[in-house]
Amino acid sequence: MHPALEVRDIHKRFGDLHALRGVDLTVEQGEFFALLGPNGAGKSTLINIIAGLARPTSGTALVMGHDVRADYRAARRALGVVPQELVFDPFFTVRESLEIQSGYFGLRRNDAWIDELLAGLGLTDKADTNMRRLSGGMKRRVLVAQALVHKPPVIILDEPTAGVDVELRQSLWQFIQKLNSEGHTVLLTTHYLEEAETLCKRIAMLKQGRIVALDTKDNLFASFTDKYVRFSLKSGQMPASLREQACEANGCYTLPLQDYAELERVLRSLRENGATVGEVELVKPDLEEIFVQVMRTH
Amino acid sequence: MTSFLALFYKEILRFYKVAFQTVLAPVITALLYLLIFSHVLSGHVEVYPGVSYTAFLIPGLVMMAVLQNAFANSSSSLIQSKITGNIVFVLLPPISYREFFLAYVAASMVRGVVVGLGVLAVALFFAPVPLHHPLWAFAFAFFGSAMLGALGVIAGIWAEKFDQMAGFQNFIIMPLTFLAGVFYSIHSLPPFWQAASHLNPFFYMIDGFRYGFFGASDIVPGTSLVIVVASCLALSLGALHLLKTGYKLRH
Repeated sequence: MHPALEVRDIHKRFGDLHALRGVDLTVEQGEFFALLGPNGAGKSTLINIIAGLARPTSGTALVMGHDVRADYRAARRALGVVPQELVFDPFFTVRESLEIQSGYFGLRRNDAWIDELLAGLGLTDKADTNMRRLSGGMKRRVLVAQALVHKPPVIILDEPTAGVDVELRQSLWQFIQKLNSEGHTVLLTTHYLEEAETLCKRIAMLKQGRIVALDTKDNLFASFTDKYVRFSLKSGQMPASLREQACEANGCYTLPLQDYAELERVLRSLRENGATVGEVELVKPDLEEIFVQVMRTH
Repeated sequence: MTSFLALFYKEILRFYKVAFQTVLAPVITALLYLLIFSHVLSGHVEVYPGVSYTAFLIPGLVMMAVLQNAFANSSSSLIQSKITGNIVFVLLPPISYREFFLAYVAASMVRGVVVGLGVLAVALFFAPVPLHHPLWAFAFAFFGSAMLGALGVIAGIWAEKFDQMAGFQNFIIMPLTFLAGVFYSIHSLPPFWQAASHLNPFFYMIDGFRYGFFGASDIVPGTSLVIVVASCLALSLGALHLLKTGYKLRH
């Protein structure tokens, strides 16, 4: 069985800018995979190369075993991309946009699936509305529908929830999760790390054109055993010895702990400094903290 | 094949939805030219014996409308898609560069010919125009609109801003059409401009198209057709090359 996506030693240069510096990545069929990275890390460039919107300087990319250049027809038929920008064609209605998009993929009579997509994305009563008249969230749903008109086995969502309200975000994820449970492979980029944490089983982190972390979510969490204590002070001052390591935000201090036994040492030094502790909370790292640490150490 | 038909249909639907601007407006513009020039020059100019100036003007205006609208269709569609970003809808699917080219050019030809027929239909109220060789007229309209459709594809791919597209339109398309003998026979020009006109492929299209109506022309129509077909092929190959290499479309 071919991997859903396979990227081998991809380099991409834009003049002097070395946007991708040898990226290797394999996403197996049926995975829900997150590709994370700060702005400018090369996520969109990598997606564009997989989608055929950009061409790599060197290296190869395959979708369901089909080379995106040599066998572009099969590769593109296997792939649905929801682009990051909220683009739409102002000349057409929602249904026309979907019918035309089906035609591009060689599908003539696709009405049953288009109706199902419209229903699944809550667009049925907007089917005959011109794209210009839709709200941003509705346009985003149409973009998802357009990416799915040809029932691609592999779906790439490039920051699909940027600027989208909570209700839509939830219904969108329900829809995508249903597709994933039916066997579609999903690759997601997002700035909302809690989404990646909830949805994805495997995560890659990209920084300055290189993959700096690539593992299952469980392994990533296991490899970052750091613990934190977060507390506020009712009275008194932070001792200088702790102040150096602590992060302060909104009157709360966060201190890294090697292990829980260290907590006693922290509380003792606060007491000895005459400080009284208000609220105390033990914090395990979430994906966001792991992400920040990975980005800091690489 | 289905991809080509879908893209062709989309391009037709696009200009049909704004037909007021894409069909009716150019017909009105051509009629204004006809009204003003025929009023001013009728009686002063007789290019071919027995052919009134108004009648002489009509095929030229029809062909000018065909060419300008064929160019406008592919070029404006591409630049709008690029600037608004919806060009991804045609770049993500498995559409070959040949299908892409054919769909944009064929839709441009349809728009050019529809506007041309509109101009002709209304202009016939002003003066009767014979149609001696319809096949010749058709051949020039066919290859002329195809050539301008291909040029529109090139301009649409090359231009990154509406400003650049306006430059292309105003500094290349407009002078070439206006200096192609729409309003006059080149025999009325001084020798230098006569010679210069022979370097303008638009001149052969209009002269050859006019031959289809009156059976008379400045240049032998076969020669004109060879030049027009060759120009059309050269621009088509240029556009196909840009699409194949992904110039300014696939980075």
